[in-house]
Amino acid sequence: MSIETMDRILASQAFFADFPAEFVELLAGCARNQHFKAGEYLIREGDPADRFFLVRQGKVALEITAPARAPVIVTTLGEGEIVGVSWLIPPYRAEFDARAVEPVRAIGIDAKCLRGKCEADHHLGYEMMKRFLPVMVKRLHATRLQILDVYGQP
Amino acid sequence: MPSDVFAADPFLPDLYRVGKVRRELADAVTLELEPQSGPRPDFRPGQFNMLYAFGVGEVAISMSASARLGTGFVHTVRNAGAVSGALARLEPGATLGVRGPFGTGWPVVKAEGRDVLIVAGGLGLAPLRPAIQDVLAHRERYGRVTILVGCRSPHDILYQHDLEEWRQRLDVTVEVTVDHAGTDWHGDVGFVTTLIPRSPFDPDKTVAMVCGPEVMMRFAASALLKAGVPASEIHLSMERNMKCAIGLCGHCQFGPTFVCKDGPVFPLDRISGLLAVQEI
Amino acid sequence: MQDIRPDTSHVVIDAHGLQCLIDALSQDGRRVVGPTVRDEAIVYDDIAGLGSLPRGWTDRQEAGRYALERREDEACFGYVVGPHSWKKFLFPPVETLWKARREDDGTMAVSRPERPADRFAFIGVRACEIEAIAIQDRVFEQGPYTDTAYAARRSDAFIVAVNCGQAGGTCFCVSMETGPRATHGFDLALTEMIEGAEHRFLVEIGSEEGRSVMAQVPHVRADEARIGAASAIVERTAAQMGRHLDTDGLKELLQGNLEHPRWDDVADRCLTCANCTMVCPTCFCSTVEDHSDLANREAERVRKWDSCFTMDFSYIHGGSVRASTASRYRQWMTHKLANWIDQFGTSGCVGCGRCITWCPVGIDLTQEAAAIRATPGEGRS
Repeated sequence: MSIETMDRILASQAFFADFPAEFVELLAGCARNQHFKAGEYLIREGDPADRFFLVRQGKVALEITAPARAPVIVTTLGEGEIVGVSWLIPPYRAEFDARAVEPVRAIGIDAKCLRGKCEADHHLGYEMMKRFLPVMVKRLHATRLQILDVYGQP
Repeated sequence: MPSDVFAADPFLPDLYRVGKVRRELADAVTLELEPQSGPRPDFRPGQFNMLYAFGVGEVAISMSASARLGTGFVHTVRNAGAVSGALARLEPGATLGVRGPFGTGWPVVKAEGRDVLIVAGGLGLAPLRPAIQDVLAHRERYGRVTILVGCRSPHDILYQHDLEEWRQRLDVTVEVTVDHAGTDWHGDVGFVTTLIPRSPFDPDKTVAMVCGPEVMMRFAASALLKAGVPASEIHLSMERNMKCAIGLCGHCQFGPTFVCKDGPVFPLDRISGLLAVQEI
Repeated sequence: MQDIRPDTSHVVIDAHGLQCLIDALSQDGRRVVGPTVRDEAIVYDDIAGLGSLPRGWTDRQEAGRYALERREDEACFGYVVGPHSWKKFLFPPVETLWKARREDDGTMAVSRPERPADRFAFIGVRACEIEAIAIQDRVFEQGPYTDTAYAARRSDAFIVAVNCGQAGGTCFCVSMETGPRATHGFDLALTEMIEGAEHRFLVEIGSEEGRSVMAQVPHVRADEARIGAASAIVERTAAQMGRHLDTDGLKELLQGNLEHPRWDDVADRCLTCANCTMVCPTCFCSTVEDHSDLANREAERVRKWDSCFTMDFSYIHGGSVRASTASRYRQWMTHKLANWIDQFGTSGCVGCGRCITWCPVGIDLTQEAAAIRATPGEGRS
């Protein structure tokens, strides 16, 4: 088995489809493979949002914990999906816990490093925005449908 | 009048006896019904019967098990009103009235040679179960088979036993997601539409069958279109007020269609214009 | 309009002959129903003879208005149409579909009630009403399922049509191509002709049954002049229509304007009282009620006229699909004038004008359709 280079791994992800080659290379410089055991946290609420993940395998739950209440899972994310969007929005702090529900293999990307590169090169920044904005809109939409509680007794 | 007119009166129910009753959820039971006399008529997956509870009334309920699996009708009933409540309280041995089968069915035969994608929301899995059972009975005739189920919470998952059995098969993909869950739930959380882009099907050769609350079907249809499934291959089961089930009472009109006889299963290209209009 | 040709299918009777016709139908065991004055309106009910008919009365109709007035002559059919239609006999407003009985052991038996023995004879059926009956035939008899009780009553009904000698203020049968002359679907068709003291009816025989009934009624052969004069009466009526509806492309117009602002405009006036659907001779919607006795042993299922203007009509688990007045008016009008064509191959409107006359606020569907035609494509859709 040949060892895949990070830029080839990134380029093969649907999320980075049509991402310009020079940006893939740039991104690869901020990225590394990471593994999480079931129950381990990828992100903790309130932590600096200096990393986001592209899940390659396994399932991640986004959770909210409130005092005197059982934690609630807001959504689960799997292969090909992004965990962590707060790195794009000031004050760059994580808003949910992200917990591995099962063993997870992911590409972790140093968002702090990437933010600087996006700021320096707005073309790169725009390409990232084009990919992250649909993720956020899709999740907002899905959350609205969950709130509708369509299967409940009216 | 000659007696054959009496026999042809489409308002008269046939009598059935309740066999087994199985509690599915806190508010839903599955009734097995056996004809009091004569054979049960044949029916197709997706069709429905009008069930009559003595003195209370009739309600339209889809068959929830394939015709090939027994000699009677199987219906899953949710206690949601006076009639369905009375039906949900029936005990083995009780008699009830049945008219049917009525309406169009799922395109199970038309889907042969193609990928089958089932998208169910809440109790919408009940009308789809006969289609799943028939597809799996001739599994070799179909391409990939994917069953996507969305429910309110882990306590509201219908037919857990069946889902588990289907999941055990290596030739079926089963995904269940819930809208609300605590951390003791190890499955997916999210609206059922989020499962669609994650699923393995070839949009050019997929037949999709969707059943659930109308708003869920609307968004599932839009997710399927986005995934590249043509509107003519997306089938939805519509719900409207139904009194007669035979196109005579006017209640179930949905634009120019009667849900009772032109539906309940419609291809999306026939109704997509109506789905977009409020209060139609 | 085609000329009425002189042949053996036309005879002439006088007022006494009309009484003889009613008697002959009655003696044949028929329940004879026809126009009569009651509650300041001309309604359809059992009639015994000429004395029951609205002789010398006419009706004046406008949007939201109906009034009886004396005529200067003693015409029997010198009015247009009232709030009733023949629908109430063929498709009764309340009808028991079946009864059920439950035994101690939980078993149940279902039985149909004795069918009413009514063999109807309808006297004074207008051309638009014949078309309305034909439209309900398509609904109740010609779909995949037949309403057997309707079919039994319908097949036995003897129809005496009356060609209209005048049009009402809300009539538009010419637009709908349903009148004012009855061309088919009758056993006998009368044209009432009054000249001075002479009171005659030209009778066109439309069926073998009609011919055999006329054999019992004193009559004379009709000459060409008489037939020509009758034709002229109907032509004059056709030129008097109080309303007009442009049906050209109407189905596509309405189906393509489901979100037109006019629906909200009409909703500001509509009271959702359902009068239009009750007086309409083609509206066929019904609901069912289930009753049981206190011991819960005897139950029955009763069918009643329903209306798409009620909130309950579109109720599904959780609420009504059509909660707003705009959506309910839109349902009624698009069904009547557009969707009906997809469902049954004809318009659901015969141009009788009842929905306009009996609307308490005078909403006029011909005006509503014209308003949408004047500004198509407004709003979404």
